[in-house]
Parts: sequence; C-alpha cells; structure tokens
Amino acid sequence: MEVGPGHFLLAKLDDVARWAQSSSVWPLTMGLACCAIEMMTVTAPEYDIARLGSEVFRSSPRQADLMIVSGRVAQKMAPVVKRLHDQMADPKWVISMGACASSGGVFDNYAIVQGVDTIIPVDVYVPGCPPTPDGLLYAVNLIQQQIREGGRGGVLARG
Amino acid sequence: MSTTERPTTPPEPMTPEIVSREGNSMVLSMGPQHPSTHGVLQIMLEIEGETVVKAEPEIGYLHTGIEKSAENLFWTQAQTVIERMDYLAPESNALCYALAAERLLGIEGKIPERAQTIRVLFSELTRMASHCVWLGTHGIDIGAISVFFYCFDLRENLLDLQEAAGGARMHPNYVRIGGVNGDLPQGFLDRFDALLEKFPGRMRDLRGLLQANPIFQDRTIDVGTLTPEEAVRWNVTGPALRASGVAYDVRRAFPYCGFETYEFDVPTRTEGDAYARFLVRLDEMEESYKILKQVRKRLDTPGAVMIDDTKIAAPPKETIALSMEALIHHFKIVSEGFRIPPGDAYASVESPRGELGYYIVSDGGNRPYRIRTRPPSLYNLQVLKHIAPGNLIADLVVMIGSLDPVFGEVDR
Repeated sequence: MEVGPGHFLLAKLDDVARWAQSSSVWPLTMGLACCAIEMMTVTAPEYDIARLGSEVFRSSPRQADLMIVSGRVAQKMAPVVKRLHDQMADPKWVISMGACASSGGVFDNYAIVQGVDTIIPVDVYVPGCPPTPDGLLYAVNLIQQQIREGGRGGVLARG
Repeated sequence: MSTTERPTTPPEPMTPEIVSREGNSMVLSMGPQHPSTHGVLQIMLEIEGETVVKAEPEIGYLHTGIEKSAENLFWTQAQTVIERMDYLAPESNALCYALAAERLLGIEGKIPERAQTIRVLFSELTRMASHCVWLGTHGIDIGAISVFFYCFDLRENLLDLQEAAGGARMHPNYVRIGGVNGDLPQGFLDRFDALLEKFPGRMRDLRGLLQANPIFQDRTIDVGTLTPEEAVRWNVTGPALRASGVAYDVRRAFPYCGFETYEFDVPTRTEGDAYARFLVRLDEMEESYKILKQVRKRLDTPGAVMIDDTKIAAPPKETIALSMEALIHHFKIVSEGFRIPPGDAYASVESPRGELGYYIVSDGGNRPYRIRTRPPSLYNLQVLKHIAPGNLIADLVVMIGSLDPVFGEVDR
C-alpha cells in the first residue's frame, strides 16, 4: 500500500482483502476436551484474543473462518468434525490444538483418531497437553501471517 | 414428461430410533457441537412447539478409552491419563486413584502429615477452579457475559498456584501414590497468601453480579427441580444432591486425607432447582476458602511429603548425582515401577461434581489389571431425561449448566 497525493491510498484489491480477512478470523465454537478450556481462557482477561480480532466465537460453522480442533477426536466424533469442516465456507483455516488432535497424544488406542489431519487439512499445529493460551494465541498469529502471505498448511507453532 | 410414477405423499422423514414420535411433535438433534451443551453432548429432543416432550442424552462422543490405556501403563504412569478424565478437576482424579492404590498397598496410614495437607490444598484449589469454569459458562448460557471474565480471572490465580507446584497449568500430575511429587516451591506461600487475600472480594463480586439479579432468578428458579427422593433414586451426588436437601458429602461421610480435622460446613438447600444448585456451589467455594485458611496455618510446619518406603518412592533428586545406590534405585523405580499385591480396592473422594470413585484391581504386577471409574457427571447427567420433559428448550440449557457435566469424565 502507498499513500497517494491528497487523501487516498493505493493498494491491490488482493492485499486489502487479505488484510481485512486476517484481522477478523472468527473461530468456530467447538470444544472437544481439556484444550477447550484453554481455548475459552484465551478470550478471558490476561490473554484476551480480542486484540487479534478473533474473540467472536461463532456457533454456526457457516459463519466461522477458523476451526480450532481443541482436544482428542474420538472415532465417534470424527464424522461430526469432518462434516463441520465441510459446512464451513471457504476460505477456511484449521488449527490442531494439543497433542491429541495433532497425533493422538498419549492415547494411542482404539478410541482416538491418531491425528485430526487424517480427516481434515490442518494449517497450524500447536504442541502441548494442553497448550498454554499463549501457544494458541501464537497459532492464531501464524494463521494471520498465512492469510497475509498466502502460504498454507502444516506449520508447527513452536516458540 | 417422464413416465416414472411420482410418489404422491412425501417419504416418511428419517427418525432416530431412540426417540419415538407421537402426535404433532418434531424430533430435533441438539449437539454434539452446540455452545451450551458444555462439550460434546448430543440430546435427541422430541418437541411440541418449544416444549420438550422427551429428551434422550446421547453420549460417547469423547470416548477415549482411558481405562483401557491405563492398563498398559505403570501404576504411577497411569495417573497421567487418569488426570485427563475430569479435566476441570484433575487433582481430584489423581487423588482418588492414589487413595485406592494406597489402600491396596496397605500404606494408607503411613502418608506423611504434610503430604496430606498439600493434598487437601490441591483438592480444594481444583474445586474452586472447577466452580469458576462452571459459573462462567453457566452465566454465558443464560446471557450474563461479564461473569465469565470475573471467573476466569480468579481461575488464572488458582492455576498459577497449580503451575508453580506441579509445573503445568491444567494437568500438574502432582499428587502421587505415596504422597506428592516434591515439596512446595519457594515463594509458593506468598502467592497463596495473595490469593487468600483476593478471594473474598472476588466472591462478593460474583455474588453481586448474579445472586439478586432478577433476570438470572427468572431463568433459574423452579427450573429442573429435583426432590430429595428423586435425587437419591437417580444416584445424583455432589452439589446437585445437596441442593435438594440431602447433606451427603464424601469429605464428611467417609473422610480422607484428614478432612475430619478441618472445620467446614456442608451447604445445603431445600428447593432443588437450578438456582439452589447455583447457591450451593457458591457456598461451597466459600467453604473451600475456609479449609484453605486452615491449610495455610498447617503449611508452616515443615516435613516429608513422600512416604518413607524405598519400594514405592523414588530417591530425592539431589542424591542421584552423588550416590550409585540412589541412581540404581531411581532407575529401578522409573524403568520398572513398583508392584502392588493382588486384590481390589475402592476409594472415593468428593470431586467438584460429586462422589468420584475408583475401583482398581491388581494381579500383583507393576501395571493395573483393571481400573473402573465412578464418574459423578455420568450419574448426574442421566437425571436430565427425568427433569427435562415439560420445560422449554431454553430451560434445558439452564438444566445442563446447573448439573455441570464434564464429558471427559462421562465418556472416559
């Protein structure tokens, strides 16, 4: 973007769209397990995700841009997660929050999907069991960066 | 024009088998992704207009196989997965499991005094933290958003203490079989004092926001009423039972960790509705505060925090670098765990949601043979089926919130 003579800005439409998109990433209200509590904590004082423009948790997948898979995905829940992801309008992003969502975590057994990336594409992985709210904030930062710069997929949010 | 015959009547809509449709009703699936079901609960509702005719909770969306996973871990390792059952009160889970294992080992009376005090400290901190989450989300369900911020601010202080002692915010894995993992760190008591100072004011704020609020009262009074007989018949425990007038608290009825030596009341109400459950939980937080003040006095006395039994306890970390025997001992405990004599034992504690029990079976090995949990949320949740019919859908949200289920524990 550049400032022209007088009071107007020159920019590519694409850049403006990306800037707007990255400043209001609305997550889907989908709490699965322990990580969901930390996902709630980022909206609370001390962390305050509103600073990043992502405090508006939408209950309907049709209004959400970002799916935070917050917790272990059981075999029974997997089709539901897939369907919710399908219902979200493009463009959409996915954060896999915590060890269980990323790889199955400590639950290497019959009941848990070994990594949510086996059913939906994941953009950012956050390590931790559960990750601290700071970790999740950083992941949202990375999502914003991806939106602005146009890259997709498979980033590990590590400090 | 096509010659295929078109059906004159629309096909019968697909109806889930668990709800049978009658008359002019409609079947609605609420959840498993719903902002007010507190996790992954699905409720099959049969409704007429906005009135619930029948509600059938469908659980299992978070089945994790924790009990099975624990069978493949050492006795101490199993605690890691067990803490992830009731993720709002991990220390209650760890404590209950440790009590059951200690009962089977026959070392119940040998746990050091200071370890018992620290256990009480964490079981009450975790109760406060859990009630904070409950109150915050219950408020949001009803439309009172600011309560959430007050609650989570207080919860941050509680979690800071957990993090200081155990190293993790939510699953500190601090209570161990035979005691607790290391003494409280330096500076812990100052932070604890700061919390004790802050708490009464914060509690006044919380009461001020909701207790006399006419909207909150309209939404909760006479909603989801449970009589004492019904509550007992449905196996309801915890605050939901005490709100119906039955003064049953495991800390009183079957004391553990020296709870019989603390002075506290068991708050009860007689109304049995969602508002009574709200009041009982708030009173409980204040009782926890009373206990914590007594704990604070006892924490001034130094002492051992782990049982003096080299078969169970690992040697102190600082000796490992200095003594070959300590290194070997540590290696044995870490790589092989310890064995528990064959048999079975049951222990229960008062978790924030009610009576939490662990029934464990050992075949004499270094891993559990079977672990069975009595999750209070599961029993509290099933009463929903009984209290929901005849109420509005909006009230159903209040009922779920007032029962405070945690699905990690319901589905395990």
